[in-house]
Amino acid sequence: MSANDNDIAIVAFAQTPSYAHFNNSEPEMIMPLVNDVIGQTGLDRHDIDFTIAGSCDYLSGLPFAFVMNIDAVGAWPPVYESHVEMDGAFAMFEGFVRLKCGDIDTALVSGSGKSSPGSPRIFTALQSDPYVMAPLGVDHVSLGAIQARMLLEAGTVTEEELGAIAVRCREAGAKNPYAQITDALSLEDYLAQPLYNAPLRQADIAPTSDGAAALILARGKKAYDLCDNPVWIRAVDHRMESHHPGLRDLTTSVSTRTAAGKVGLHDGPVDIAELNTLFTHEEVILCEALGLGDGTKINPSGGPLVGNPTMAVGLTRVIEVARAIQNGEARRGVAHCSSGSALQQNLLVVLEGDK
Amino acid sequence: MARPAAVVGIGQTKYKRRRDELSLEGLVREAALRALEDANLEFSDIDAIVIGKAPDALEGVAMPELSLADSLGAIGKPIHRVHTAGSVGASTAISAANLVESGMYDTVLTVCYEKQSEGNATWALSGGKSGGQGAGGTFAPWIMKYIQQSKAPEHIGWKVAVKDRLNALKNPYAHLHIEDISIEKVRESPMLWAPLHFLESCPSSDGAAAMVLTCEDKVQRSPNKPAWVIAHAKRTEFGQFPGRNTVAPQAGIDCAKALYKKAGITNPREQIDCAELYVPFSWYEPMWLEGHLICEENEGWKMTDAGDTELGGSFPVNMSGGVLSSNPIGASGMIRCLEAANQVRGTAGDYQVEGARVALGHAYGGAAQYFAMWIVSSELNPF
Repeated sequence: MSANDNDIAIVAFAQTPSYAHFNNSEPEMIMPLVNDVIGQTGLDRHDIDFTIAGSCDYLSGLPFAFVMNIDAVGAWPPVYESHVEMDGAFAMFEGFVRLKCGDIDTALVSGSGKSSPGSPRIFTALQSDPYVMAPLGVDHVSLGAIQARMLLEAGTVTEEELGAIAVRCREAGAKNPYAQITDALSLEDYLAQPLYNAPLRQADIAPTSDGAAALILARGKKAYDLCDNPVWIRAVDHRMESHHPGLRDLTTSVSTRTAAGKVGLHDGPVDIAELNTLFTHEEVILCEALGLGDGTKINPSGGPLVGNPTMAVGLTRVIEVARAIQNGEARRGVAHCSSGSALQQNLLVVLEGDK
Repeated sequence: MARPAAVVGIGQTKYKRRRDELSLEGLVREAALRALEDANLEFSDIDAIVIGKAPDALEGVAMPELSLADSLGAIGKPIHRVHTAGSVGASTAISAANLVESGMYDTVLTVCYEKQSEGNATWALSGGKSGGQGAGGTFAPWIMKYIQQSKAPEHIGWKVAVKDRLNALKNPYAHLHIEDISIEKVRESPMLWAPLHFLESCPSSDGAAAMVLTCEDKVQRSPNKPAWVIAHAKRTEFGQFPGRNTVAPQAGIDCAKALYKKAGITNPREQIDCAELYVPFSWYEPMWLEGHLICEENEGWKMTDAGDTELGGSFPVNMSGGVLSSNPIGASGMIRCLEAANQVRGTAGDYQVEGARVALGHAYGGAAQYFAMWIVSSELNPF
C-alpha cells in the first residue's frame, strides 16, 4: 500500500473482443464496457469526475462520429468530458495529465474504432499523402514493407526470425479470449505464404478489426477505495518523429528510445511489454529501441497481430499489461502505442503493481 | 494542487475566404511563429504541442498531427490532437493549460486551424450526409424558440450582426471587413434559415490561431504581459432527448457555474470586464448572455438593445468581431480564448477595452451540446 496523493492508478478495465466485423454501432461497442468498468468500481456513473475518449471520425467516414459515442458514456446530467482524435492510449494520457492537476479523483477513459466498414489502407494514405503532394497512395502497409526491407537488407533480421515472431504471437493469441486471429501457424506455413506486400506476408501484418477498450483511472488513496489491487501508472510519455520517411532512419525508433528515457523504463525490471506492433518487424525495432532482453515477455496476449482494433489497440496494450500485473504474472511492465506509419509517433506507459 | 498557467504568446493568421498561397503546414506555422515571436521564444523552448481542429474531413487529411509535426517543431516532442466539434478551439486551449498545470510540461505551444476552402463545410457539418441542413438549419428553430419565449424584437439579431462587423473593422486579422455594414444591409440580405439572414451568419474562413502557455517560473522570459488562466471548465450533454432545453442547454449552465466557482466569481456581469463568446449566428449573443448566467433569463436581448455589449458599453462582447467576422471552425474557439487574453494583456490594439482585467473566452459545439470556457486575468489573484 503505497499511494502518494498524486499517484494515478488503473482501477478497472474492460475490452471487447477484436471483431472482424462488428455489425452494430460504435456506441454499442463502448457502452457495455463503460457499464462494466463502472460496475467493477462500485461507483455511480455520476461520480466519475472526468471522461475522455479517443476515436477517429475518418475511420467510419462520418464527420463528428465521436459525438454519437457520448451516448455510451451517458452524458445526462451533463458531464465534464473531452475527446482526442487519437488512440485511446492518448486519451489515457489526457486523463492522466488531468488527474495530475490534483483537484479531481477519477477519470473514465475509452478508445474505440470500426475499421471494417472502410479501407484502412485508403485511410492511412490520407495520413501519409496530404493534398500538397501527388496522390501516391502511400499507406501504412507500403511504408511498413519498405521498413521491413531495410531491416532485412541491413541483416538485422531474417525472414525466419520474422516468421518466428508471427508463430509466437499466433500461439499466444490462441489462449487470448479477445483475439480475432487464432488459426494455428507453423514456421513452414509462414514461409509457404506468398508475399503480400514484399517482403511482408499476410502473417506479418495485423488484421483489420473493430473493437473498443475502456478503463477507469483514480488518484491517490481513492484508488484503494475502488480497487483491491490497483495498477499504478508510474510514467507516461510520447514522442513524435518526422512525417517524411526519407528524413528518418527507419531501421530504428528514435522517438521510442527518447520516450523510454523519459519514463525511466529501466529504473526497474521490465517483466512484460505489450507493443503496438502492426507488423512482425516492428517488434524487432521496438525491442531494440526499448533495450528489452530475455527477462521481458513480449506481447504475451499475441499483440495486434491477433487483434487490431484501430483507436483502441494502444489502450488494449495498457489493459493487457495491467491484467498481467493484477494476475501476478508480472510486477512491472510497459505498454506501447504507436500512431502514424512506420512507427512515426510512440507512446509509452510504465505500469507497476503493489505486490 | 495545480500550478497556474499563463498565456505569454499569441499568434494569428489573417482570416480569409481562401489562403491559396499557403499549405496546411504553412498556415499553422504562420500562427505558431507569430505566437513564439510574441513570447520571445523559439521552438526549442517548447516542451509539448497540442493541436485542435474540427473534423479531418473538412480538408481530407486524416490525423493531421502526423503531417503537421515537422512544421510545428514537434519532432522529438509530445504532440496530441483534440477534437470536440465547434468547441474544439477552447477545449484545445484548456488541454494545453492542463499540461502546464499538471507540472508535467513547462511551456506548451497550442495551435488550432481550419482551411475550409479545401472542402465543403456544410456537407461536413451535416455529418457527411448530402442535402444536410448545416449548422444554421440546426440552430434556427432554437433561435425562433428564444425569440418567442423572450419576446425579443426582430432587430436584435440585426444589431448584433452590425456591432460585430463594426468591431471587425478595428481588427486587421478579421476575415470580413464590411465598411458599409448597416441594419438595412443586414435586413435586406437574403434569408438563409428563418429568422437568420445571410449577414447574420458567420463566414467560412481559412486560418490558424496559436498560443504559448507557460508556468509561473518561466513567465518572465517573455517580454509582454502574461494573461493568467484563472479558471476553465468543460461540459457535454446529449444532442437530442425529450424535454431538452435547446435555448439554454443545461451543459452551458453547468459549465458557467463550474467556471465562475473556480474563478471566485459571484457576479459575472460585474466581475468580468468583457467576453469573447462563440456567436456564429447573431442571436446567440443574447442567448449565451442568458445561457451562461451573465444576466437573467429573457434579459440578454435588452443588454444587446441598450448597447451594453458594444465596445465602450458596460459589458463588451466580441470586441474582435467574433465568429460572425472570422470563422475557421476548428480555430474559432481558440480565437475567443486568445482574444480574451489579448484584452487582459492590453494587446488588443484598436479594439482594446480600457482597463480590462478579467475576460471570458467561450466556445460551444455540436448541437449546442459541447461547452468549453476560460477566464483569464492580468493578475494571478484578481479577486
